[in-house]
Amino acid sequence: MTNLTNLTITEALKGLSAKDFSAMDITNAHIDAMAAAKDLNCFITETPELALEQAKASDKRRASGDALALDGIPIAMKDLFCTKGVQTTAASHILEGFVPQYESTVSQKLLDAGTITLGKANLDEFAMGSSNTSSYFGNVISPWRDDSGADLVPGGSSGGSAAAVAARISMAATGTDTGGSIRQPAAFCGITGMKPTYGRCSRWGVVAFASSLDQPGAFGRSVEDTALLLQAMSGHDPKDSTSANLPVPDFAAALTGDIKGLKIGIPKEYRVDGMPEEIETEWQKGIDMLKNAGAEIVDISLPHTKYALPVYYVIAPAECSSNLARYDGVRYGLRVEGEDLNATYENTRAEGFGDEVKRRIMIGTYALSSGYYDAYYIKAQKVRRLISQDFMSAFEKCDALLTPTAPSAAFAIGENEDDPIKMYLNDVFTVPASLAGLPGMSVPTSLNAKGLPLGLQILGRPWDEETVLRVGGVLESAANFTAIPNINAKIAA
Amino acid sequence: MSSDNTIDSAAVKKVANLARLKVTEEQTATYGAQLSGIIGFVEQLSEVNTDNVEPLASVVDITLPPREDEVTDGNMQEEILANAPETLEGFFVVPKVVE
Repeated sequence: MTNLTNLTITEALKGLSAKDFSAMDITNAHIDAMAAAKDLNCFITETPELALEQAKASDKRRASGDALALDGIPIAMKDLFCTKGVQTTAASHILEGFVPQYESTVSQKLLDAGTITLGKANLDEFAMGSSNTSSYFGNVISPWRDDSGADLVPGGSSGGSAAAVAARISMAATGTDTGGSIRQPAAFCGITGMKPTYGRCSRWGVVAFASSLDQPGAFGRSVEDTALLLQAMSGHDPKDSTSANLPVPDFAAALTGDIKGLKIGIPKEYRVDGMPEEIETEWQKGIDMLKNAGAEIVDISLPHTKYALPVYYVIAPAECSSNLARYDGVRYGLRVEGEDLNATYENTRAEGFGDEVKRRIMIGTYALSSGYYDAYYIKAQKVRRLISQDFMSAFEKCDALLTPTAPSAAFAIGENEDDPIKMYLNDVFTVPASLAGLPGMSVPTSLNAKGLPLGLQILGRPWDEETVLRVGGVLESAANFTAIPNINAKIAA
Repeated sequence: MSSDNTIDSAAVKKVANLARLKVTEEQTATYGAQLSGIIGFVEQLSEVNTDNVEPLASVVDITLPPREDEVTDGNMQEEILANAPETLEGFFVVPKVVE
């Protein structure tokens, strides 16, 4: 029988409809894979019983001719989406044991599309991180290895989601992206990940980090799979006031393979100091692939690029400090008693939050405090407008941008931990587009000399996910990335 | 923007208090150094000329949509209290705040 955990969504849907296998077969194969790869720590909460129930219902629907768009497709749900009756932690001790009484809009849409939920994927605590080493529930380990043999990070914050898809534990996965939390782990794990335009997917029921930046998105092992999952997640939601009331195009139909005459912008400011040669070379390979496919390459300038990270590290912590004020030990989550109410708040939050979260809360509180508000917060918002305007001017000259996704391949667990800013630099290429709310995707293109995946990022105009996907599809065909992670190669052998 | 970007122990304690985070003396020094580093990093924004630039709070160019002022939800006391660390007779319980 076909290796059911290696199928794309497209292949699985075909096989399901041809009755080559059932949703129950696929689900069992993935539950086995999840158990075999437990060491990677991709999940905070595994829900195999629920998955089997869902698979049974899925097979029943298909038998009676009522199959839904993604009926029988097993996915991992980032543990930032509230799921009714299933623990939702945001990878924080402060939410350990929290069982939502409601379902997030995105996860509900996926249930309505017939997907099977294997479990709640691990992440950086409150989605704050680029390495998945800040989870209270332990690090996620990448299924990839280089010859050093060290455990590598899967990237973050959606590290569990990306690692699960790469390791063939899950066919696809949800993620959220605030400053690169889908695109960077997709690049590190050798899969495809897309963050749509801010407002395309509802944030209702997603544990909030930085509300003006947070945006759900999708991971898949092909551009088409990513488009299919994103399709099911997207759409207007009156419960999220920043959700766009716009029709959702047919994303998969955008993959025409034709980019003749399309103008691809190459931003010169993304050639940053100290960029490893392999990243530079990879970028040039991508440029050549798109040129060979008939695109016109245009040099463009995004003059405020170098200020994106400092802007982000004011705005995201400011919004985080405000959003995380709700964790008070009174209504839900952890409570650590103190002698009075104030001491209870302080004890609860000191014990409940990890170091990186506390750092960001304090930076945000500082930036919003009296005397610093104008100098830091308002200043950052002004520069944010300039960054956004840079992109809008660039899109007068081109239809999409091509850049590296991250400044390096995956690094070892423990690296970059000595200095918070070193870790922040991982997001140097992803943060600018987040500040402008643009759609972006990472497509795996090669393995580096050490055998680790590298990805390239495509950015598009607001609401033009279709062009991003179309370019991504062409890049995918040209790059023909077929490598699978070492642990899977080992299992197959 | 201030050129003095060190966050000393007193500043860390003040911010921690505003954020309702208990910090030990030992942590105060570590956080002070880390926060100073981050604030030093964001200081470079002062190089950018932002005269006549409006702050950008949201990329979504829409006015918040109003709706009818009517009850759309409710009657879910049990659900609301379901995750509370301590409840009593349908209420959240907090440590005593009035003598």
